[in-house]
Amino acid sequence: MSSDEADNSRRRFLTAATVVVGAVGTVAAAVPFLASWSPSARARSAGAPVEANIGKLEPGQQIIVKWRGKPVWVVRRDEKALATLEDSGLTEKLRDVESDDSIQPEYTKNVYRSIKPEYLIMVGICTHLGCSPTYRPEITPDFQGGFFCPCHGSKFDFSGRVYAGVPAPTNLTIPPHYFISDDVILIGEDGVA
Amino acid sequence: MSENKNSNGLLGWIDARFPLTKMFEEHLSKYYAPKNFNFWYFFGSLALLVLVMQIVTGIFLTMHYKPDGELAFSSVEYIMRDVDWGWLIRYLHSTGSSAFFIVVYLHMFRALIYGSYHKPRELIWLFGMFIFLALMAEAFMGYLLPWGQMSYWGAQVIISLFGAIPWVGDELTLWIRGDFVVSDATLNRFFALHVVAVPIVLLMLVVMHILALHEVGSNNPDGVEIKKNKDENGIPLDGIPFHPYYSVKDLVGVVVFLILFSVVVFFMPEMGGYFLEHANFVPANQFKTPEHIAPVWYFTPFYAILRAIPDKLLGVIAMFGSIVLLFLLPWIDRGKVKSVRYRSTTFKWLLVMLVVSFLGLGYLGALPVTETRTLFAQIFSVGYFGFFVILWMISKNETTKPVPERVR
Repeated sequence: MSSDEADNSRRRFLTAATVVVGAVGTVAAAVPFLASWSPSARARSAGAPVEANIGKLEPGQQIIVKWRGKPVWVVRRDEKALATLEDSGLTEKLRDVESDDSIQPEYTKNVYRSIKPEYLIMVGICTHLGCSPTYRPEITPDFQGGFFCPCHGSKFDFSGRVYAGVPAPTNLTIPPHYFISDDVILIGEDGVA
Repeated sequence: MSENKNSNGLLGWIDARFPLTKMFEEHLSKYYAPKNFNFWYFFGSLALLVLVMQIVTGIFLTMHYKPDGELAFSSVEYIMRDVDWGWLIRYLHSTGSSAFFIVVYLHMFRALIYGSYHKPRELIWLFGMFIFLALMAEAFMGYLLPWGQMSYWGAQVIISLFGAIPWVGDELTLWIRGDFVVSDATLNRFFALHVVAVPIVLLMLVVMHILALHEVGSNNPDGVEIKKNKDENGIPLDGIPFHPYYSVKDLVGVVVFLILFSVVVFFMPEMGGYFLEHANFVPANQFKTPEHIAPVWYFTPFYAILRAIPDKLLGVIAMFGSIVLLFLLPWIDRGKVKSVRYRSTTFKWLLVMLVVSFLGLGYLGALPVTETRTLFAQIFSVGYFGFFVILWMISKNETTKPVPERVR
């Protein structure tokens, strides 16, 4: 058969069919490689809930608990710190006073952003670019205490609510947690209602 | 010229089976480069030298380094203290990364002033930009490996940039890290990418960059096409063979470069905290961010753009946009005249504005934020982006000087 007699439409069909099947195969073969980058079973199990004993925490103190590799802060706020939270001089400087755009369990969506007003349990990772802010309990005229991120200058109040005009877009995240007893909390799981 | 002049001997035997002589002639002894190359033309071959040096020192570092969250930091200290000559190999590699960027930035600046990205060299520029991108990825991932405080938090911040992408951002950062925070999984994959994947891509891109260059021929400080004027043998009148003329010239550049490079390696390998940041001599601590974090100097211009914009997503867009604009340069510049020698005064001032803005951003990006500095970073960012916008506007109807027929 000379090339003059070749059926070009059949050739085009075969070429197109080969390309399509080859492309599907390539995509399918890529899936395992791409999926291998997801957190492994071991990393996920390290994300299990952790217990923390907070019985020895004095007012004003902060402890750091490791959950999913992230620092989780437990801060026992004193009377003075709690008093700042509803002060209108502070709230008018905040971006998301009611925490509408921020991540927290429903049961901590209040002015204290906690179950018990005294105890703040919060993920210590800035919502801007993931640095860990520092605890600044001193109350000064231009900063009413809370947390400050050294990387890009974001400021948060004692409830982890973000100030307006700083790079961080939302309040700090509150992880799911509940009180097992008065002294022990479990971080990473909602309590049974 | 007869094709079979080397038909005998070992070379003849090889040439009958592999185009050795043909390739040597095509890319070296009969590759005609313009005769008026100046100082700015050293940096291409120097970039190649640094690439080779990074590969060789890198291979030897992997023989002692441990890509493990528990062992990485101490294995680097082990290389520095216990491995014979380990300190030298590591300082060559760490100084080499900064040298790479110095050389590449100067190489890019050369292309900018002499218009080496203009038609028909758009692909050379694009391949070059992809090399720059691969180089940034390579440097970023390599910087995580010592597993110091700055490695850790630098990676945390840069990976978090992808979190600004709407909808998929958080999933994407989780996928890149392979864990809920930067961890052993992240370190291990960055190691694989840094020592295997990206270098292979980099080498391929370099080959394509050079092949594209040799296809169309080199530009020169006058921005004249030397192929327009050839003698009876088809050799450009203003061209000289790359080898031996430029291979020997580049050798001088290599010697001067190695002298300066050695001064840094032996007397100031940390370069006052700019080449090796002080905070990186503290092991990674995922609970404590250093008081001041800044990227290594070669990333600071782009980092300053990110910080100048008080919005997370827009900041990330501006930072990536500043690099995307460079890719588009051959089409943003609509001028017909290549070399700055024959372009308008406006173009010269634009170049000054770009250089001042870029250096200003680079300086600010290494410092902690204050209100005044943010204001300056914003002004310089406007200067940087302004270069591309104004260039696009003025280049179409630019008043230029007459371009000579031949190189001077």
